[in-house]
Amino acid sequence: MDALDLARWQFAITTVYHFLFVPITIGMSAIVAYFHIQWVRTHNPDYLRLTKFFGKLFTINFALGLVTGIVQEFQFGMNWSDYSRFVGDIFGAPLAFEALLAFFLESTFLGLWIFGWGKLPEKLHALTMLAVHIGTVLSAYFILAANSFMQNPVGYKYNPTTGRAEMTDFLAVLTNKVQLVTFPHVITSAYMVGGAMVMGVSVWLMRRSRPAADNSLYRRSARVGAIVTLIASLGVIFSGDLQGKIMTEVQPMKMAAAEALYETSDTCAPFSVFTIGTPDGTKEKFSIKVPCVLGFMATGSLDKPVEGINPLREQLIAKYGSDSSALVKDATYTPYIPVTYWSFRFMMGLGFVTMAAAAAVLWSTRKGGTPRGKWWSLVIFGAPLAPVFANSFGWIFTEMGRQPWLVNGLMTTATGVSPSVSSAEVWISMIVYTLLYAALAVVEIKLYTDYIKKGADPFEQPKSPDQMTDDTELQFAY
Amino acid sequence: MDLAVIWFLLIAVLWTGYFVLEGFDFGVGMLFPILGKGRDADDTEKRRRVLLNTIGPVWDGNEVWVLTAGGATFAAFPHWYATLFSGFYLPLLLILVALIVRNMGFDYRGKRDNAAWKANWDKAIIIGSFLPALLWGVALTNIVRGVPIDQNMEYTGNLVTLLNPIGLLGGLVFVALFLTHGAYFVALKTDGPIRADARALATKTGLVAAGLAVILLLVLGISKGSVWSWLTTAIAAVALLFSIWANTKSNEGQAFAGTAVTIGAAVATYFFLLYPNVMPSSTDDAFSLTIHNASSTDYTLKIMTIAALVFTPIVLAYQAWTYWVFRKRIRVEHLPAAQDPGHVPVGTR
Repeated sequence: MDALDLARWQFAITTVYHFLFVPITIGMSAIVAYFHIQWVRTHNPDYLRLTKFFGKLFTINFALGLVTGIVQEFQFGMNWSDYSRFVGDIFGAPLAFEALLAFFLESTFLGLWIFGWGKLPEKLHALTMLAVHIGTVLSAYFILAANSFMQNPVGYKYNPTTGRAEMTDFLAVLTNKVQLVTFPHVITSAYMVGGAMVMGVSVWLMRRSRPAADNSLYRRSARVGAIVTLIASLGVIFSGDLQGKIMTEVQPMKMAAAEALYETSDTCAPFSVFTIGTPDGTKEKFSIKVPCVLGFMATGSLDKPVEGINPLREQLIAKYGSDSSALVKDATYTPYIPVTYWSFRFMMGLGFVTMAAAAAVLWSTRKGGTPRGKWWSLVIFGAPLAPVFANSFGWIFTEMGRQPWLVNGLMTTATGVSPSVSSAEVWISMIVYTLLYAALAVVEIKLYTDYIKKGADPFEQPKSPDQMTDDTELQFAY
Repeated sequence: MDLAVIWFLLIAVLWTGYFVLEGFDFGVGMLFPILGKGRDADDTEKRRRVLLNTIGPVWDGNEVWVLTAGGATFAAFPHWYATLFSGFYLPLLLILVALIVRNMGFDYRGKRDNAAWKANWDKAIIIGSFLPALLWGVALTNIVRGVPIDQNMEYTGNLVTLLNPIGLLGGLVFVALFLTHGAYFVALKTDGPIRADARALATKTGLVAAGLAVILLLVLGISKGSVWSWLTTAIAAVALLFSIWANTKSNEGQAFAGTAVTIGAAVATYFFLLYPNVMPSSTDDAFSLTIHNASSTDYTLKIMTIAALVFTPIVLAYQAWTYWVFRKRIRVEHLPAAQDPGHVPVGTR
């Protein structure tokens, strides 16, 4: 592999890994903030126990999201320096805004929340977790605005003197039409992840119910998790549908690649749920198709055709020429179809599975019921993981579907890589990151599951700051 | 003054914020084996927990300063960001790995009450605090000295290029300075034997830091110095000596403020030595990255300036408030029982 392939693999590994933790952080911070605010409002001991229990799981997860995020901030310059030079005038600003408005807020207020017991008045303390959540949402907004520029560059002009893209309208960058549909899609899918995580953990503890009185405690959190998941999944479907239409408009090749649609379809294009094709993906041998679904997803109507890969390829070659740096895999402006086709299906499939699991949990916990039966283990372990991986597949689809472009229509991936970084250096960093991340995953999962097994601590009336003297033990310390 | 120069100043402010704040938590991390060494295993564990809890609520917010410095450099000086980050590839990789294991150590150390678990995270905290302190010093000192950069703004040296005597001296100055700054912080935030030990140690490391820093700043200043850089060099030296004096007079707040000023003045010296370059080329002056050939457009800089003017004071206000909330000194007697997922509370089994 050359330095370019290695840099791409490294970016994929580190970014997909980072984004395992990000949606958990966004989703769970909202739910922990909800429990904490409910405790302050009602003083029902259940809410305090749930706040502390899920807050602990949240912080175990947050640590990994944080440390892997530092790598992201540096990686553009380290591995993609020509990209950084070319788009820095535009792309850098949302990143700087993200650090200034979001990272400071999240990090500072999480410190206040974790160590705030006995230090902050209770109302203020509950609000610190809400501030953390707002920080995570702002962070998502700015980084998605940066990514949306790569999918659909707006608010810039190319300056031939400096040889780079330069920003002309920051508001246009922040309100990119791709951004306006991507942000709700990512945020609602993060709520699905947070909800499903709380739901899965709670159902497991509910079935164990040790002590028996805690059954109602975990039923409460299981239902909160399931409701969040279910409502969020409606948002994911709705925003995803809008995204399909925008994608057809600005990146028609990506839409065609999602379906592996080689020739332009007739009206009412079918969506294939499952296809077996030849190894190169160009001929199909067996396929299950649902009529009209692709046509509606892509165009919002039943009587418009969907453009295929082959005619789009001709258009792109006519428009951009046969520049060798833009030639990827089969020497065309075409992404790698098996990846786009299957990642799109795994994303949607895992999302629907999660939605069904949430509905099942709501049904089986109604009227004080507890989910019994062996197959529930599948829901317990599958429901939290399915939306996390759906997120991964969504990102793999949207980034691989953009190839060979780094910035759609403006810069190819091959031209963005750092010229001064050797393949040996990228080998070193890729191996180091992979081994380190794998080791951290083992440690994290063990710690996470051990704290789940421990369950929520018994209720203890928290001390307020005015009950704390100079000799009182700290209410929380590492 | 044009916007690019203002951003040169603001980048200096961000690095100052980073080193003044993260500097003391690097110091506290490096002091684990020294101030965190007690009479016996139990005392050692308690001391380390006290050290960890002095920075527990704030280290994460401190570290965001470097992310902001990185993001702001990307936005305001894309070429500086691109040349520096791709050129110093392996040292930055080491810094990132060190920060990762250190941060995991801060977060995870107290989550199991197990000696081997804690010992491993202690190593991560100690090495993960030492390496970035050293390597930031090596990297920034080399930037000021000039590194090989070609006509395409690409770094042409390698890792060994950076490991020259002056670069390494710069690294040692950062380490000694952060050790002193961290020891003052511990003296300011704790009570009992650990406080006395921190004060005694800070005087020694402070003198070492002062000696090394004077040599470094003279060497750098003689080749490149201006009136301004000599002025800030003098401020750094006076503030450091003042902090040592204040420390011997048991005035911990003043001592800590002293090293904060020293760090700020040292960063200012580095930036005065750089001006009007951001990354001078040792290959040919004509290849240097300057404030103007490396910067973004005025439009981008204007938006960034407005954002910085509005949001930096807000960030400073809530970070300052955090320090106020956690202002009380910590003693070993304040430590609650250690947490462990294996300790199942009474009545739940």
